[in-house]
Amino acid sequence: MKAAITGVSSTKVGELPDSTCMGLHAEASLLALEDAGLRLDEIDGLLCAYSFVEPGVLLASGLAEYLGFTPAFASSTSMGGVTAAMLVSQAALLVESGTCRHVLIATGDNRRTGLGNKAVGALAASGHPRYEQPYGMTVPGAYGLVARRYMHEYDLTAEHLAAIAVNQREFARQHPLAHLQTPLTLAEVMDSRVIASPLRIHDCCPNSDGGAAVIVSAGDAAADTRQARTSVLGTGQGHTHDHISAAPSLTDFGCRQSSRRAFARAGVGPGDIDVAEIYDSFTITLAVELESMGFFDRGSVGPAALDGALGPGGKLPCNTHGGLLSYGHSGAAGGLFHFVEAVQQLRGTARGYQVPDAKLAMVHGDGGILSAHCSVILGRE
Amino acid sequence: MDKPVPEIDADSREFRDGCNRGELRYQYCTSCGAAQFYPGSVCRRCQAKDHLEWRTSAGKGTLYTFSMVHRGPSLAFKPDQPYALTLVDLDEGFRMMLNAVDCDPTGLHIGQRGHIVYERRGDQHIPQFRPEENS
Repeated sequence: MKAAITGVSSTKVGELPDSTCMGLHAEASLLALEDAGLRLDEIDGLLCAYSFVEPGVLLASGLAEYLGFTPAFASSTSMGGVTAAMLVSQAALLVESGTCRHVLIATGDNRRTGLGNKAVGALAASGHPRYEQPYGMTVPGAYGLVARRYMHEYDLTAEHLAAIAVNQREFARQHPLAHLQTPLTLAEVMDSRVIASPLRIHDCCPNSDGGAAVIVSAGDAAADTRQARTSVLGTGQGHTHDHISAAPSLTDFGCRQSSRRAFARAGVGPGDIDVAEIYDSFTITLAVELESMGFFDRGSVGPAALDGALGPGGKLPCNTHGGLLSYGHSGAAGGLFHFVEAVQQLRGTARGYQVPDAKLAMVHGDGGILSAHCSVILGRE
Repeated sequence: MDKPVPEIDADSREFRDGCNRGELRYQYCTSCGAAQFYPGSVCRRCQAKDHLEWRTSAGKGTLYTFSMVHRGPSLAFKPDQPYALTLVDLDEGFRMMLNAVDCDPTGLHIGQRGHIVYERRGDQHIPQFRPEENS
């Protein structure tokens, strides 16, 4: 029996001066338990990610200690932005193998108030210490390299990327928890200051404080919970490189393989998906992924985005909570927000814009510089 | 604060020693014919372990992509902002991340030719990319 997501939660997201890394983990955990109708002592597996603010070695043990419980299984994974999607797929394996009945995935970080202006440097440590960091590589700079090349090879313009930012802001403005709520126009995006050309500030996600949690239950154990069932129908990964200077291609990434594997396991295709929650650290990230995963032909997502294809009533409503670009990016929780939103869409209980009668959702995570990918297909039953 | 000076390890020693005497060293796999950078102990194309030999590049290459970075990772890069972060394809068939230096950054374009120059950084010389005159 397929694993089910039985509980989801997101804390408030944005600038939360009184938040702490472990406090956000704990708040999200308790909210997800309440959502599922489960007690902490019914959780037998705990999966965590990583923190930049409190970089402990045993984060899952740290959270178990902070919450005051002793899970039978605990593990932490650190794979950058893809971690949330990997944790969901790992939790599905744990419950489908009979190892656990209810797995709590908890993530969070007070990246905005806890790191402040050190965030850019902290994230740039993903560059190779000997062959990239000496050149002042930043994460936006590395995605800028991808964007420049992609725009050289395919029909993708600054205006197309701006349309993605504007689309997601419109969704965020309808969601009460989203970090960035002020109205945004194409002209404002295209006139905003350059961070790493061709990317401007509105092409980049913010750093946010926030936490998210998801509970994955065994198919039969889901009956003990109180929400409509959301099944994990298929997962897949793709890995092509770690460092962007060693990537085999700057236009074709592991999201192509990860999505194909996930679609094959779920027995569906891109045209079946009602709502997509796709990792969007930058506008270029989303554009590359949507074309690589088969939702749009190469060179067509930009014009389509400008035409409203990713918005309400469009061909593929995408990042309906606002995504990392506008809902917010709180480390590993950033990727888990996409799962929270997908599950609420499938339940029909979206806090913001609701896609009518959404039955199938694709969630996708990207770690590093489009280095590591994990796709997950979720379905309402 | 100073810009990072690359640490030397067993994999990179030959490359760094080469840079310090003005030679761009790269690995070539005599088993499959692949050029390899950055250096390692195994060929990334065929996994052969004992077939990597060091060769010297002519130091000429083509700009594959670039980004002007307006916000660097640390204060050390602030005086250079915006600076050109690039990926350069060397003629021998390998790719490096470098900065484009000694050029008008507004004239940078994909496909631009250039050659390797060396920047003194601490006790090391690190390779950089000097584009040919914009035409």
